[in-house]
Order: sequence, then structure tokens, then C-alpha cells
Amino acid sequence: MTSPIRMLEADPGLACDPADPSCAVPGVAGEYADDLLVGIYRSARTVAMVGASPNPMRPSYFVMKYLQRKGYRVIPVNPVAVGQAILGEPVVADLRDITEPVDVVDVFRRPDAVPGIVDAAIAIGAKVVWMQLGIRNDIAAVTAEAAGLTVVQDRCMKIEYGRLSGELAWSGINGDRITSKRQALLG
Amino acid sequence: MSDTPQPGIGEQPPLDSSETPEPARRSRYGIETRSIHAGSPPEPVTGARNVPIFQTTAYVFEDADHAASLFDLQTFGYIYSRITNPTVAALEARVASLEGGRGAVAVASGHAAQLVAFYTLLEPGDHFVGSRFLYGGSLTQLSHTFPRLGWQGTLVDPRDEAEVRAAITPRTRLLFTESLSNPAAVVADLAMLARVAREHHIPLVVDNTMASPILCRPFEWGADIVIHSMTKFLGGHGTSMGGVVVESGRFDWSADDRYPGLSRPDPAYHGLTFHETFGDFGFTMKARAVALRDLGPALSPTNAFHILTGIETLPLRMERHVRNAEAVARYLAAHPAVAWVSYPGLEDHESHARAARYLPDGAGSVFTFGLTGGYEAGVRLVEGVELWSHLANVGDTRSLIIHPASTTHRQLTDEQRTAAGAGNDVIRISVGLETAADLIADLDQALTG
Repeated sequence: MTSPIRMLEADPGLACDPADPSCAVPGVAGEYADDLLVGIYRSARTVAMVGASPNPMRPSYFVMKYLQRKGYRVIPVNPVAVGQAILGEPVVADLRDITEPVDVVDVFRRPDAVPGIVDAAIAIGAKVVWMQLGIRNDIAAVTAEAAGLTVVQDRCMKIEYGRLSGELAWSGINGDRITSKRQALLG
Repeated sequence: MSDTPQPGIGEQPPLDSSETPEPARRSRYGIETRSIHAGSPPEPVTGARNVPIFQTTAYVFEDADHAASLFDLQTFGYIYSRITNPTVAALEARVASLEGGRGAVAVASGHAAQLVAFYTLLEPGDHFVGSRFLYGGSLTQLSHTFPRLGWQGTLVDPRDEAEVRAAITPRTRLLFTESLSNPAAVVADLAMLARVAREHHIPLVVDNTMASPILCRPFEWGADIVIHSMTKFLGGHGTSMGGVVVESGRFDWSADDRYPGLSRPDPAYHGLTFHETFGDFGFTMKARAVALRDLGPALSPTNAFHILTGIETLPLRMERHVRNAEAVARYLAAHPAVAWVSYPGLEDHESHARAARYLPDGAGSVFTFGLTGGYEAGVRLVEGVELWSHLANVGDTRSLIIHPASTTHRQLTDEQRTAAGAGNDVIRISVGLETAADLIADLDQALTG
């Protein structure tokens, strides 16, 4: 299926209607509409991060720290790290062990682990299943969507927030966001 | 010195027409819109519509935790202008957009761009394959300075597949060429080079300075990294030095163990694995956080501002550069004092077919010609022109003329000069944006006088 670096069969010199789904570029404009992602970020408060690592050099730690600074509550889920705390949050073994409402389940696990995570996400009433960069499981995605959850695959919650807030461009990254409005989509 | 227009260049095999451009990263916007807007939304605090010159060395942290997050690359933001600066970042995002790339790092010059690109990819003992038609200053950097850093290169004809393949060794880590060479105007066979690079799983690095992203976008032909001297057409006004390294986002640095600086925990950044952490802009982050940080060739924010302003008119300027260059080339080709003209836009040029393919909107405006009167006639010409400026730059609004053998290519051996198309009888010109008839009249009086 798609990856963030997939190329589309199209003339890159041609401008096209942003509403046209064939125009969207995975990883740049996104096959997920900006409005969909902005809606997730605006409505979510609590993120359960499955596969969160206590190692400060792991990508999950980067994302957790970034989301915390943006005001989200992030609950780390990792059976191997139970008993530890990551960035001040006690690690839980399983999504089902979380007693408070979860908005987004952010997945840092291999694609074959996703179906079980989706079942748990449905069971705890999560609204979104978000699979990180490089992770896809289309069958599990269909299961989640059938249960009424929103699914994002193969995207990084930190990078997408950075793209929509304009912060990604601070590092010289091309987010293909052009605007003459004063405010970014996300603050 | 021979009077042939392309010394050292033999018969070339026909193009393989089965290869078509691979689509690059697609934008919702046309290239003219992106030349003006990419990377530069209104400044959020003041509403300033143009990109402000953030002439500051450093940025205040919100608190100790914010500072730590920034130094650890865990959050996006500014620390120190040697690494990131908002004016420079706007320029980086704009050039990345024009090339259809994922990210870019701007640096102090085109030479610094080459150093940063190579430093990010090569370990001591590694090998690269480069075009022997590269700009003379690049050849000197690659042949003399890079080996002192432990990087050995082999120079090849970027149109000759057999020669390129034969030069690749198990330690080869990149292929490097200009899309359009300076000054010989050799058009590389980008599709062939990309195919060979892909087969060997090494990145194709293309210096796209002479074409600009308006005339050629190497990522569409399978290149993985593009570099520019922004001092030339991108800035366009001869005011500011600058260079840039752009990443396509398509190369899998972790497919094998050849790029450990990207695929393995990096001791230069306390164990961060750049490719895994930053995905399709891992190269850009590594080039910035390690190469730019430690080698130090930061771009001045004021230069970035001038280059950003220049890029706004790049599509218009390239159109006129090409039109004027074609007029001057045709005039020179018909002049009895001119022995040959090496402009790929002319039908008899050896690169004409490749130019039609890779540079369909025109073959730039920098090229060489030789005079029947040889060296002496060349000296009389550069001294006899009034409107053309005798200096060592290209891609300016002003038309420029130089004798490479005694200037830009002076550090090369006679053999290297001849191979680079910069022999002793060669004049290099960069055709500017003045009235074409005025440029031709000035050449005419100097050639006649």
C-alpha cells in the first residue's frame, strides 16, 4: 500500500484541486485531509502510547515529550516497562488497564501487533487509532473503522503536528502548506 | 589546444527512450506560486508579510525543559543560528518545495553544500564517483581536499554508462554529477545515472545550479539529493553567496549497513538514529544537526533574505535567460571569428537530445565558445567588451564573460582543463537579462575591434 515516500503517477508541474483525493501526496499533503488531522489534535486530550520506551533516544520518547509540551496527557503502555515511569507518567501493561477515557491510541508496535491493539482500543472506547510512521495494517484499520474509530496509518503524531503548526518548516522541511493567513492551523 | 567544442567527449550511445521521468513529490501548487509563497507564511507575531531578516545569533528558551528538548531534537525550534534561523529556514523550505524535495539545509556557499552533503554520507575510506565535467572549483575540492578527509573519488563521463559502472567499487557511497555542467554545458544522462545508482543502492547526488529547478528537477529523474550554489540563478542578482542541500525523501538509508551515520545510533548525537527517528527527512536532520553544527558553514540570514527575494522572480528570469542565451548563441555560431559554440540549445550540440529531454524549457544561459584567433583573440574579447562584465560568477542578471583557463579553472592541470571543456582558447559567458540586441552589439564591436 502506501508509504510516506510513495510517488504518485502524475505530472508534478501541474497544479490540481486540493479537494481531489488523487492530488494528495502521502507524507506531504497527506492522504489524510488536514482538517481531519487538525480535528483529532483539537479534540484529543489523552493519548495512550502503545510501545512507549523509557529510552530517551527512541522515537516514541521524542513523540511523547513533544505531545506533553503541546498539552496532551500521554499514558505509556508497555508490558516490559511496567513499574517504571516515562516522563513522569507510570507505565501500564495494557490498554485495558487504563481507567480514564482515552482519545487516541498511538501505536509504536510492529504491524502484526496492531490487530490486538485495535481490539483493545475498541474495548476501551478510544476514538482514534494512530499508527506511527512505517506502521500499517489495513485489515486492522478496517476493523477499527467499522467500530466507528478514526484511523491514521503510517504517520508520526509529532511530525504531523509540526507540519500543521508550521514548526516543521523551522527545520527546512517542505510541508507543502502555502497560506497568506496569519495563523497556522495549529498553534 | 584543440578547437573542437567538446574536448574529450566521444560518440555517445543513443538515449534509451523507454525511460520516462519518475514523478517527483507532488505539490498542490504550481512552481510560480511556490517560488513566491513556499516557506513564507506571514510572520505570526507581527503579521509581517515578507520574511523578516532574523538577524540574531540565538533564541531564548521557554524554560530548562524546553532547552533540553531542543538540544535533544525532541521538539522543533531554534537554538543558535549556526544550526537554524527563521529566515534561513524559510529559504530552505522554499528550495525544497521548488525541487519537489522533502527537506533542505542551506549553507554559506555551494562548496559548503558539497562538503555538508558528502560529510553526511561518507565515512573515511569511502569512495565516490563524480563527473569529470564538474565546475573547476568542484573538481579541485573533490580531487584535492576531499581525499584529505579520507574520501577517494573516481571521475567519469556522466553520459557513459559503462564507464560509470566500471568506476563503482564496494566502498562507493554516492554518484555525483551536475545536471548541466559549468562551463562545458554537458547534459548528464540523469535517468541512466539514477538507474545505475539504484542498482548499486547508492544515492545519486546532482548539482542543479546551472539549470535551476525551473529548467530541470533531478528528483523527477530519480536523483536522491540535489545541491545548489544559490549564489547563481536562485539568488540571481549577484549579491549574496549561499548553498543548499535538498533531500528527496525517497532513499532508504537503512536498507543495508552502508550509511551507518543515518541508520545506526549516532555517537555524534548521543545515540540518536536519524533515519528511524525522522523518517523521510532523516538525512536533512543529520546534515543540519551534525554536519552544519560541527563544520560550521552557516548561511547569513541577510544573505538568505536576498536569495529568497531573488527566487520570487526565478521562473520569469529563467525564461528570459534562456531566450537571451539562445539569441547570443545563434549570433556567435554565425560569426566568422567564432570557431565553435557549445550551447546545448543549438541543434548540432552533442548534448542537444539530452537537453531536449532533461531541460525541455531551455538549456540555461551559461556556455562556452572558442575563437578562431585562439588565446590572443580571447584576451582581446574579454578586454574589448563594454557591457559584459569580466568576472568570475554566473547566473546574474548582468551578462558575464570570463576566460576560464586563467581564472576559474586555473588550479587544474592542462589535461583536466581540456577534459572539463575549459581549454586555453575557451571563453565562458553567462547571458543575463539585458536587451539581447545590446548584448550582441557589444560582442560584435569587441569581436570586430
